[in-house]
Amino acid sequence: MTGSIAAIGAGIAVIGAGLGIGWIGGKAMESIARQPEAVNDIRSNMILMAALVEGAALIAILLSFFV
Amino acid sequence: MNHTFRLIQSYLIAGFLLFTGVNFVTAQDHDDHHEGNHHSEPDEGHGGEYDPANTAFHHISDQNVYSLGFADLPLPCFLYAKDGGWDVFMSSKFGIGHHGNGHYAYNRYVLVESIVRRITDESFPMGKVELSDHPYHHEMVMVDGKEKEQVTVNYDGNHYNLENKSTLDGGLMGGGLTSFYDFSLTKNVVSLLLIAIFLFIVFSAVAKRYKQDALRAPKGVQSFLEPIFLFIQDEVAKPFLGHKWQKYLPFLMCLFFLIFALNLFGQIPFLGNANVTGNLTFTMVLAVIAFFVVNFSGKKAYWEHVFWMPGVPVFVKPILTVVEVMGVFIKPLTLMLRLAANITAGHMIIVIFVSLIFIFNEAGQNMVGSVPGLALSVPLTMFMMAIELLVALVQAFVFTILTASYIGAAIEEHH
Repeated sequence: MTGSIAAIGAGIAVIGAGLGIGWIGGKAMESIARQPEAVNDIRSNMILMAALVEGAALIAILLSFFV
Repeated sequence: MNHTFRLIQSYLIAGFLLFTGVNFVTAQDHDDHHEGNHHSEPDEGHGGEYDPANTAFHHISDQNVYSLGFADLPLPCFLYAKDGGWDVFMSSKFGIGHHGNGHYAYNRYVLVESIVRRITDESFPMGKVELSDHPYHHEMVMVDGKEKEQVTVNYDGNHYNLENKSTLDGGLMGGGLTSFYDFSLTKNVVSLLLIAIFLFIVFSAVAKRYKQDALRAPKGVQSFLEPIFLFIQDEVAKPFLGHKWQKYLPFLMCLFFLIFALNLFGQIPFLGNANVTGNLTFTMVLAVIAFFVVNFSGKKAYWEHVFWMPGVPVFVKPILTVVEVMGVFIKPLTLMLRLAANITAGHMIIVIFVSLIFIFNEAGQNMVGSVPGLALSVPLTMFMMAIELLVALVQAFVFTILTASYIGAAIEEHH
C-alpha cells in the first residue's frame, strides 16, 4: 500500500511543477510580447528557470521510488 | 531486442487480421488459442501475467548483450570476484536465447534478461554448465517489510538463488551490493565509445576545414554543426561566463554535443536503444566533472558567498552558510537527476505505449484486442518519439546552460 501513497505524493509534486513551469512559460510569453527584441535572452532564461523548477519535481518523483 | 522484433511481428499480424476481417479472427480465437498466442507471448520470464512496468525496466536497463532487434551481439564480460578471481569472456558463452536468458552457466555466472548475475551457492559446479529449458524463475519475496524480486535458477532439480544485478539501476530498485565486480563493456559503454569515436571523427573533419580557411563558406556536416555551435557559444557561453568564456567553451561544447548525440542515439529504434544519458552512473560522472570544474574555478567572491554571505545581518550568516554549503552539492545532484530522469522517463513511456497492445490483447490471449491496442499505441508512440526528439535537444541544452551558469557564478569577481 505504501507504493500507491508514494505515487500520490509524486503526483502532487508534478502539480506543483506544472503550475510553476506554466507560470514561467506564461510570463515569458508576456515579456516576449512586450519586448520582441529580447526574445533570445528571455528564451534561455525561461528554459533555465523551467529546468530548476523541474528539478524539484524530479527529486520528489525519485524519492517516491525509494519510499 | 528480441522483444521488439516480436512486437513488430504482432504489428504485422494485427494489421493482417484487420484486413482479413474480424469474423475470421473471432472464429480462430475460439478454435485455437495457441495459434494466436505463439507469435506474441510477451513475457514468459515473469510467469504468465503481462507486466508493462517490468518490461519497461528491462528495456531501459544496461545489458551485457547488444540487441539489434534481429540479432543479439555478444559483448565482452570482465568480471572479478574476490573468491573466484578474474573471468574474461564474451557473453555469447552463455548461449544467449529468448529474452536474453542464457542457456549455460559459466563459473557460476548466468545471464538473466541480458544481465550477468552470479549464483550465490558455492555448491554449484564451476565451468560451463548446461541449464534446462526454462531455468529462471522470478518471484517476489518480502525482505525487511519490502517486496524484492528473487530470481532462482533451476539446475539438476535444485533451485539456486541468484545475486542481485550489478548494475546501479538494479541496485536502486531494491538491489544492493554484489560479491562480484562487473567491469564489462556493457551496451551503454559500447554506445558511449561508439558515439565518442563518431563525434571525434566528425569534429576533426570539421575542424580541419576551419584550419584550412576559416572564412570559407561551410560545407556538408559543417553547415549543420556551425549554427548549433554558434548557438551554444552565443546563448550559453558568452552571457554566463563574461570575458572568460573562451576558457570554458571546450568543456561546455563537449558536454552539449556528447549529451545531445547520446540522447539522439538512444532514440533510434532497433539500434540497441541504449539508455546512456538515462543511466544515473553516466550522468553522475558528468555531474562530478561539473562539480570539480565549478569549485576549482571558484574565486574569492564565490567562497565568500558560500561561507560568509556579505550584505546580510550577522545572525543570518550561519543559517545561509548551511544552506549554501548544501547548495554546492545539491546543484550537481539535480544536474545528475534531471538528465537521467528525463531520458529514462521518455524511454519508459515509449515502451509502455507499445505495451498497450499487450494490455489490450491480454498478452496474446485475445487477438481482437490488439486492434484497439494498435490504434491507440501507434499514434501515441509516434507522438512521444517526436516529443522525445525535442527533449533530447532541450535536456542537452539545459545541462550545458546550468553548468555554464554555475561556473559563471563561481568565477564572478564582484557585483
